[in-house]
This record gives sequence, structure tokens and C-alpha cells, in this order.
Amino acid sequence: MSTTLRVNGRAHLLADLDPSTPLLWALRDHLGLVGTKYGCGQGLCGACTVHLGGVPVRSCVLPVGAVGDQAVTTIEGLAAADGRLTPLQKSWCDNDVAQCGYCQAGQLMSATALLARTPRPSDADIDTAMTGNLCRCGTYKRIRLAIHAAAQATTTP
Amino acid sequence: MNLSEIDPITFPPVVAEPASPGRRSFLKLAALAGGGFALALYMRGADALAAEPPPSPAAADGDFSPSLFIRITPAGVITLLASNPEGGQGVKTSLPMIIAEELDVAWEQVTIVQADLDAGLGRQAAAGSRATPTHYDPFRRLGATARTLLVAAAAARWGVRAAELTTPGDATVVHAASARRATYGELATAAAALPLPDKDAVKLKNPADFRLLGRRIGGVDNPALVTGSPLFGLDVRRPAQLFATLVRCPVFGGVLKSSDPKAALASPGVVAVFPVKAPGIVSAVAIVARTTWQAFRARELLVLEWDEGRVAGDSSAGFLAAAERAWASAPAAPALREDGDFATAFAAPDLMRVEARYTYPFLSHANLEPQNCTALFENGRLEVWAPTQEPKRGRDDAAKALGLPPEAITVHLTRIGGGFGRRLTNDFVAEAAVVAREMPGVPVQLVWTRADDMQHDWYRPAGYHSLRGAVDAAGRVVAWSDHFVTFAAGYDTDRVSGLASLRVDEFPGRLVPHCLIHQTPLPHGIPLGPWRAPRASAQCFAQQCFLDELAHAAKRDPVELRLALLGEPRAIPPAEKGAPTFDTGRMAGVVRLAAEKSGWGGAPLPRGRGRGIAFQFSHLGYAAIVFEVTVTPAGELTIDRVIVAADVGRQIVNLSGAENQSEGSVVDGISSCLVQRITIVGGRAEQTGFADMPLLRLTAAPRRIETHFLLSDNPPTGLGEPIIPPVPPALANAIFAATGHRIRDLPLNQTDLRWS
Repeated sequence: MSTTLRVNGRAHLLADLDPSTPLLWALRDHLGLVGTKYGCGQGLCGACTVHLGGVPVRSCVLPVGAVGDQAVTTIEGLAAADGRLTPLQKSWCDNDVAQCGYCQAGQLMSATALLARTPRPSDADIDTAMTGNLCRCGTYKRIRLAIHAAAQATTTP
Repeated sequence: MNLSEIDPITFPPVVAEPASPGRRSFLKLAALAGGGFALALYMRGADALAAEPPPSPAAADGDFSPSLFIRITPAGVITLLASNPEGGQGVKTSLPMIIAEELDVAWEQVTIVQADLDAGLGRQAAAGSRATPTHYDPFRRLGATARTLLVAAAAARWGVRAAELTTPGDATVVHAASARRATYGELATAAAALPLPDKDAVKLKNPADFRLLGRRIGGVDNPALVTGSPLFGLDVRRPAQLFATLVRCPVFGGVLKSSDPKAALASPGVVAVFPVKAPGIVSAVAIVARTTWQAFRARELLVLEWDEGRVAGDSSAGFLAAAERAWASAPAAPALREDGDFATAFAAPDLMRVEARYTYPFLSHANLEPQNCTALFENGRLEVWAPTQEPKRGRDDAAKALGLPPEAITVHLTRIGGGFGRRLTNDFVAEAAVVAREMPGVPVQLVWTRADDMQHDWYRPAGYHSLRGAVDAAGRVVAWSDHFVTFAAGYDTDRVSGLASLRVDEFPGRLVPHCLIHQTPLPHGIPLGPWRAPRASAQCFAQQCFLDELAHAAKRDPVELRLALLGEPRAIPPAEKGAPTFDTGRMAGVVRLAAEKSGWGGAPLPRGRGRGIAFQFSHLGYAAIVFEVTVTPAGELTIDRVIVAADVGRQIVNLSGAENQSEGSVVDGISSCLVQRITIVGGRAEQTGFADMPLLRLTAAPRRIETHFLLSDNPPTGLGEPIIPPVPPALANAIFAATGHRIRDLPLNQTDLRWS
């Protein structure tokens, strides 16, 4: 059966896609959007985090059949069309957060959703929003720093 | 992508120094076909600084391969080659920084390109914290040689002496007296035609004039990472690519007895199902499908029967029981190390004596990017895209598995989603090669599931230490013995696995007058591999915690006892050939620095709070760490502050990368000792994923990690490993100081930390 997925502002018609296929694999293997990462396939590491209607979800355990016509945003859809980075992406670069970088797309998706709801998050807000995103390299201190710095940059007049 | 594939080179290039067996490296200069300049550094695989782990065989002396570390086009485009695999240790940024510094260009002016596996680039590996010590001097000289040539070209053009010219650091040469200025691009073609300067004519910068080294520079891949651009092994997409998964016997060494592929073959998207068998890879059945998910989903439809074999009798509980049996009898002679007379010294009157046993479990690497490799087999040649820490070994393993000559294999280096030593073993490359051979002409990406990754790792060895020590009234450690029960290099050998051995010079050997070290290797069939700071990251826990026990028994301050043990600053040469010299002054220097920065020795902390210290010399780096913790009476642990002091020589290359390695090592070290273990039951790993083999979360990670580098007048060395070994003992010692609970078995979350 065919499925239509709305990803990063574009509609994609996918023929022959089993509705039980996790969204992660539809993105990676059908649409070629490899920025969303496979880490565990069990919703435990957060590397596959995308936004569904603006809400961060684990795409590795979300069947495409459950997506419907909700808008999907992936890491490839964060920056502006002209390539301009969001303040959070810029803060991530400025604070040199990444080590291996494999978890960072998921970290950014969770952090982007956090700042959308809570423009000036406290440490406790960051704990709640980010605890589901594992970083094997241990960049947590910088993740916290980059979120605070981006919040400051966007909310300071 | 190899630069030589893009730009044809005009040959023959000028040869500066002939390749001779005695030379470790030499330079070659080439003109680019369209004008411009290219400077190659031919690096030998041999590595005089190699200490651990053992290097792979030196790169064969083949034909010169133009590895263009520096390329400058007439338009002024400056490209630097990143030769080593990048897996988060930061070399893709830090190594080119060294070239850029001496070339005297602004960082914003250079483009970094990742190299393929290339015999001309020396050992391309992410191993042993060796990238900095092996590249620092050659890369400075390379950059300085290029600058010297460009200056010489300007001098010739303007008819002035080179000494009158300067390079202000923006890829230009300036003649101040006549106010003339030329860009490197304008000079590149002329510079390429010059003879290479004599070594003596190439002047390195005074480090006081460095503009780039020592600064905080962001990773070159950061913009790609934050936008999700393809970088990693799993990001590789070739035209008409298929995806594969392997189902392996859950018991190590098990062999396929029979298989019924029918149901799996009928599963949607499945293209092929076949058993794989080749030298160097485990027995398995491959499923190839149009998508990863389709391949994964067909796994459970396979009907397989395994001959589990001998390893099914191995278990963690069995190894511990065997260790206890070994401790109950006298260790087999000869001792690994014997100084003085331990038995007599230990029995002497007026000593404080301590005996204790320490154990730690097997550990998985748990790279966040599961093992994977993409391979294309076509016309007798193999092309692979591999996130490997050791691409040459990957090529050789694939060659062995396929029976191909290594020259028939091209290896592209992708970014690596976490290495930590796992990807020094290239089983995933050999497997992908074997699968690709069955699907000629079609690129196939082999993807391990998370459970595959956890259950077919090459594990950090478990270990069992039985320690005895004695301290005299003056706080001197006079006697130390360790009967270390560890793992053999297999079942039918007495040889201790190189990944699980103590070293002849192991701490506190050379510092304690009566020192006796024995090793008993257990036969086993568990796959063992290097895990970040091999040996040290495990053994330091037992050694530095036991040292703490001695300090407390003797009522000595743990820092004071350590400094007394290290004694006067001196360089102690190794007993073991090829091992590094141990400088007690550098070790004591970081112990003092960590203590001072932590406020050690100030007002005593209240019950439930405590500080602990530990140190280690590993991978040429000296590190000391202080943990400050709070443990509630209910046993809840909070890590309040971590102070790292490290001496890795006179120059930090990239301060941001260096601090990131330190902070990451602290988190990794906590993760490894607090919550992680792999338990073997029936010859298989029990754990299957992050539910039962967790990683430390952001909420549990310390918010305050301070890193202090002690810049000593020694050659710069690496930081991927030296900071992790003291983390577990410093944490355990802090918990003891806070609660009185002495932790001797890891992971430490099995210890009840409640106190009243």
C-alpha cells in the first residue's frame, strides 16, 4: 500500500510501504534522509528523535501507519532554506559540543523542541527534556551549556 | 576521497630525500596540473613512540603515493588532508591545525578533506592516543617547509632576500620595506618549481608566536553534524544499494549446523539469504533486503540450528569461582615481577597490613553507531566504506576473508560514530566483504542490530586482583603484592592475553622496595578486545583503591601517601623493551595540581560528603583526578565536582578538543564503573541493549568538571585515553571518604551505599 509522508515541508508518496515500518527506516532507506540515526531500535537512546507535529518522538518505534498527515521534521529540516542555522545549531557549533557526533541530531531535535516550548529553560527543564538522549562520548556538560547559550542569545534583547 | 583522484599530478616530482630504510618520513613537492602547489609528506608506518597497544606491522615500502597533505591552487584554495580516522577524538581538526599553524594561514582559509586508506600516509589509525605524538613534529615541519617555499618564491619574484619577508598569518607573504604583498595562491605555481629547502633552512615558529595552536577551535565537521549531512558509515548511500543483516550464533564460537531460509526468503523485500563462512569471521547467516528494516524483520523467520561448541561452558560466575580457586593455591612460578623479599617484608613488625580482593566485569564498547560497513564487489575488486579505527587492518581482514590481494581493495574512511577501541577489530569489514561477494555489482550495507553489537563485541576483559600491602609508621608503602587472575589468549595456552596482562613495569613496580606480582591466566573462549586505555582503564581501579586502603590503614592523607610513594622527581627507565619511561615528577605534579584545585586538605567535609583521588600514567599522559561526592544516608550518590589535572606535554593543540576529551573521559569512566557490565552465561553475553547495559544519562552526569593542563617541557602527547583510568578509583575513593563503604567490586551500583 502507499503512504504519504509530510517531511520538512514536502509531501512524499511512498509506494509499497508496509505501515508497520518504523518512521526511522522510511526516512533513511526510502527517502534517503540519513541525518536521523539508528542507535538501538527500541526507543532507548534518542538518536532517532524527530518532531511529529512539533513534538519530539522516537522514530525507531513509531510505525509510519501512525504518522498520518502530521508534519514530520528531521534534523535536515531545522536550518532555513538558504542554509542559515538556527540559534541552537549555531550554539552547538560555537560551543563545539560534539565528539563523535552520532547522537547529536537526536540531541538537537530534543533541545529544539524544548526551546520552542520553554525559551529560557532551567537546568531542571533541560534534565526533563534531554534525559532520554544518550551520548556515549559524554558531551552532556556542553549540551547543557549550548542550550543555555542559545536561550540567552534568542531571548536577550 | 583521495585528492589524487580529482587532480592529476605532474610527475616526476622533486625528490628531496630518498626513501631509505633508516628514514621515518620524507617530503615530496609536486606541481598541480592546472598550476599550483602540492606538498606531500611520506610517513612510514613505523612509529618509534609506539608504546601500547602493539602496532600493526609497519606499512609496506611500496611505490611513492602522492599523499597531498597540503594543496594550494593558483586561486588560493588551500586544502589540508586529514589522514587519520575521526571518531570523536578530534584529529580531523587538531592534526590539520598543526600544519596550518606553521604554514601560517588563518583557520578560516583552509578546507579539510578526509583521506582514504593510503600507504603513503603512514599508520592511519585511531589507536593508543598516538596521533598527536606521531604527527606533531612531522606536521610542523611539513607546514614550515611549505611556508619556506612560498617565501622563497616571493623572494625570487621581487628580487629580495627571504630574510626580509614575513608571513602575517593570512596566507600572504609581505615585504614591508617596499609595501609589497602576494598571496600564497599567486606564489603557488612558482613555489612548486623550486627545490625543496634543506632541513636547516626550514625554521619552525617560536611557540610563543603560535596563532592557532592552544586556542579553542570547533570541529571541522560541526556544520555537517548539526544539519544532518551524511558523514558516518551508516550514512553511505550508493546507487541501487541493498541492506544486509547477519544472524550469528549467540554462543561465541558456535557453528551453523542447519538452516531453513524459506520463510525469511518469502518475507517482503528480502533478496537473498545465505550462510556466510570465511577465514576470520564468525559462522552466520546473511539476509539481504531492499531496506534495513526488511532485513531485520526477516531475522526471526530464519530457522537455524547451531552447534554451540566449547564456549557454552564459559560463564562470569565460573570465572570468578576459578579466580577464587587460583587464589587459594600458590600462584605458579615465575612471578611477573619480584623486587626485594615480599614475604619477609610483609611479615615485619610495626607495619600496617592490608589484604583485599578487587574484581571488575567484562565491558562492552556500546558505540552509539552500531557496527556497519558498506561494500561493493565487482570485477575481482572490492570497495568498502568503513567506520574503522584501523582501516589497513580492515583491508587486510577483508583480503583474507575473500582470498584477494590487499591491492584489490579500496577503503574509504567514513566518520566513526564512536570508537573506544571496538573498531580496531574489523570483523564488520570482513563480514561486509563476504556478503558483497555473494551480490556482485551491488553495493551492500551490512548493519548490526543493537543486540548484535552488544552480544558480539570484543569485550574489555574482566579481572580479579588479590592484593596485599604494608605501610610503615612513616607512611611509606614498603611491600605490595598482587595475584592477578586474568585471561589466557584462548583455551589451550598458558599465555596471558595481551589485552588482559599486567605489565612488568606496572604501578607500583619500581616504587615499592618489596613488590611481587603474579598472573594466573584462565582459559576461555570470550572475544576480548582493546577498550579505551586498554589494561589501565580496568587495573587502575584496583591499584589506586588499594593504595587508598593503605593510606587509611596507616592514618595517612591519601595525597600525602601518594606523593611519598612517588618520591623525588626522577625518570625511571622501563624494564620492558619499548615501554615508556616513567617520570615521577610529572606524576606528582598532576597529583599536586588536582589536590590544590580541589581544595584538598582544607576544612574537613561533613559526613556524607567526601573527596577521593587517583592517578595513572598511561598512553604517555599523566593524569590525576579528584572526585567530590555527596551520599545521602539513604544511599543516593551525587557527584558534585570532578577536577582533572593532566600533563600531556608543553603544548595543547586544540584546547576545545582537549577539554572535550577530558570531560568525555570523566563521563565514560563514571558510566563504566557505576552501571555497566557484561555478564557471560552459557557462553553468551546476557545483555542485549541499553535497557540492561545502560549509558550514563545527562541527569546523572556531573555538571562541574574542571580540567587543568600542566604544561611541562615535554613533547605533546595524546588525550583520548590517559584521563579515563583514574576516574573509577577516584570516584570509589570519594565514596569511601563520604560513607566508609569501600567498594571492591564493579559496577559499584551493586554496593549498598546507605549509612547512618
